[in-house]
Amino acid sequence: MNKQDSIISKRQKLHAVRVLRDRIFVVGFGLAVIIGILGLAALLFDVLVDGLPFMNINFLTSYASRKAEHSGILAPLAGTIWIVGMTALFTIPIGVGTAIYLEEFASKNRINRLIELNIANLAGVPSVIYGLLGLALFVQFLFNGSRNVTAGALTMTLLILPIVVIASQEAIKAVPSSYRHAAYAMGANRWQVVKAIVLPQAIPGMMSGIILALSRAIGESAPILIISSLVWVTFIPTSPDSKFTVLPLQIFTWISQPQHSFRGIAAAAIIVLLIVLLSMNGIAIWIRSKYQSRPDQ
Amino acid sequence: MIKNEFKKFSKPAIVFTSLLIVGIIAACGGSGSGAESSEILIDGSSTVFPISQAVAEEFRVNRPEVQIPVGISGTGGGFKRFVEGEIDIADASRPIKESESEQAAANGIEYTEFVIAYDGLSVVINKANDFAACLTTAELKMIWERGSTVDNWNEVRSGFPDKPLRLYGPDTDSGTFDYFTAEINEEEDASRADYTASSDDNVLVQGVSGDQGAMGYFGFAYYTENSEMINVVAVDDGDGCVTPSVSTINDGSYSPLSREMFIYVNNASLARTEVRNFVEFYMNNAAELAEEVGYVGLSDADYQSQLEGLN
Repeated sequence: MNKQDSIISKRQKLHAVRVLRDRIFVVGFGLAVIIGILGLAALLFDVLVDGLPFMNINFLTSYASRKAEHSGILAPLAGTIWIVGMTALFTIPIGVGTAIYLEEFASKNRINRLIELNIANLAGVPSVIYGLLGLALFVQFLFNGSRNVTAGALTMTLLILPIVVIASQEAIKAVPSSYRHAAYAMGANRWQVVKAIVLPQAIPGMMSGIILALSRAIGESAPILIISSLVWVTFIPTSPDSKFTVLPLQIFTWISQPQHSFRGIAAAAIIVLLIVLLSMNGIAIWIRSKYQSRPDQ
Repeated sequence: MIKNEFKKFSKPAIVFTSLLIVGIIAACGGSGSGAESSEILIDGSSTVFPISQAVAEEFRVNRPEVQIPVGISGTGGGFKRFVEGEIDIADASRPIKESESEQAAANGIEYTEFVIAYDGLSVVINKANDFAACLTTAELKMIWERGSTVDNWNEVRSGFPDKPLRLYGPDTDSGTFDYFTAEINEEEDASRADYTASSDDNVLVQGVSGDQGAMGYFGFAYYTENSEMINVVAVDDGDGCVTPSVSTINDGSYSPLSREMFIYVNNASLARTEVRNFVEFYMNNAAELAEEVGYVGLSDADYQSQLEGLN
C-alpha cells in the first residue's frame, strides 16, 4: 500500500512539475507577445499624439515649406506612390519569374544552387549599397545622369527582388507535388502545370512576400537619398523621367530640423506612411482571401 | 476547370508585362528630352539647405513657373555634382577644396562663390552645469584632441568639481565635425573617437540635456531652439569670453567657431535670367531668411558688394 502511495505521489509530483513548466512557457510566450505589442502601441500612441493635430487636408495637398504649419506632403506622397507602383511593376514579373524558373524548371545542379545561395545573400546587403549601385548603373549609365523615378524604382527593385524571389520560392514549394502529378497524368505540360496548378495555389503566399518586400521599399530612405537627394520638391512626378522625393526622406529631413514644430509634421507624415502601408497590406489580404476562398479548391 | 484557371492567371500577367514594357519605353523616351529651362537645381550641404529652401520658397511666390528642387547630398556630394555640371547651385558649409575646383576647371565649369550666412558652432553643457560657463580654446583642445583621455571635469581646470565628463558630437561625415576639429584641434578630422556621435543634432541635444556631466557641440540653431534645455559655453580665444549670439557671430567676435556658409553658382547657369534673378533675390533676402531658420546674416553691405562683383 505504502509503496503504491509513494508511486502515486511521485507521479503527481512529476505531473505538477510538467504542468508548472507548461504554465511558465505559456506565460513566457505571452510576455514576449505583450512586449512586442506594447512597443508598437507606445510608438503608435506617441506618433498619433504628436501628429494628429497637424493632419488636415492642407497637409495632404500642399508642398513642403520652411514654416512647419504651412508644410504639406503632396510631393513626397506622390513620389512614394510612384516609386512603389513602379517597383511593384518591375519586381513582380521578374521576382515571380525567377522563383518559377528555379523551382519548376531549373535542374538542381551546382550552378543553380549557387544562384540560390547568392540570392539569399543579396537579401542581407545593406540598402545604401543598392543606392550606390543604382546611382552608377541606372542614373549614370542607363539614364545619362537623370535622377528620375524610374532609376529610383529600379534601385528599389534590386533591393527587394531577393526577398520576393525567396518568398515566392517558398510559396511554390508549399504546393503539394501530388497536384502536379495529377495534372501531368492528365497530359498537361510543364508550363500548363505551372500556370493552372502551381501559381493559383502559390499566389496567396507570394502576395504576402511581395507586400512585405514593397513595405520595405516604402520605408527606405538611404538608397533614395543617394539616387534623388531632393528633399524640397514643389511638383508631382508626371512621367517616369520626373525628379522626385519620397516620404521617408521628407520625414528624415523634418526630424533633423532644429525647430520643434517640424517634429509634429514629421509625426503626421509618419501617420500617412502608416496608412499607405496598411492599405497595401489590406489589398494583399483581399487578394489572398479572394484566391483562398474559391469553391473549386 | 483547368481552362478556367488559365484565364484567371493570364490576365494579370499580361497586364503586368505590358505595363512593364510601356514603363520602360516611356522612361527611355523621356530621358532624352533634357532639362527644362525654368528649373534651378540646387544640391549640397544639409546645413545650408534650410536657407536655400527658404529663399527658393519666397522666390517662387512671385515666380511659381520656376521649379527649384533642393537636395541634401552633403557639401562634398553637392560639389561632386556641381563640378560635373549636373546642378546649377551648390550649397556648401565650407569653401570649395582645391581638388574640387581643379575638377571643375578640367570639366570647363566656371563658377562664382557667394557667402550667404554665418553659423556659430555652439559648445553646450547640461543645464545643471554652473561652473563651465566659459572655456578657453586650449581647454577645448585638451578635451577633444586626438588621444585625449580627459574623462572628468576636474582634469579640465583645477577648481572644477569631480564630475565625470561625457562627450557628444557630430559624426565624422559632418561638416561641423570638420570645422570644429580644424579650428579647435588644429588638424582637420583629428579628434578623439570615444564620444557619443550622431548625425542628427537633435539626438545630441537630447544627450546633453539628459546627462549632468555632458558636453557637446553643434550648429547655433540647435542651441537657440533648445536654450531652455541646455547651457551654452562662452569661448575664450585669448580676448576674453564670448558667448555665441546673433551679434557676436555677425561681427566676428565669436571666434574661432563662427563659420561661413556658401553657395556656388555655375557661371553658365548664371547667364540664364531666372538663375541670375534667383541669385540676386538670394543675396537681397538672405539676411532675413537665414535668421528666420536659425542662422546669422551678413551685413547689407557685404551682400551688396558680392552682388556688385556680378556686374
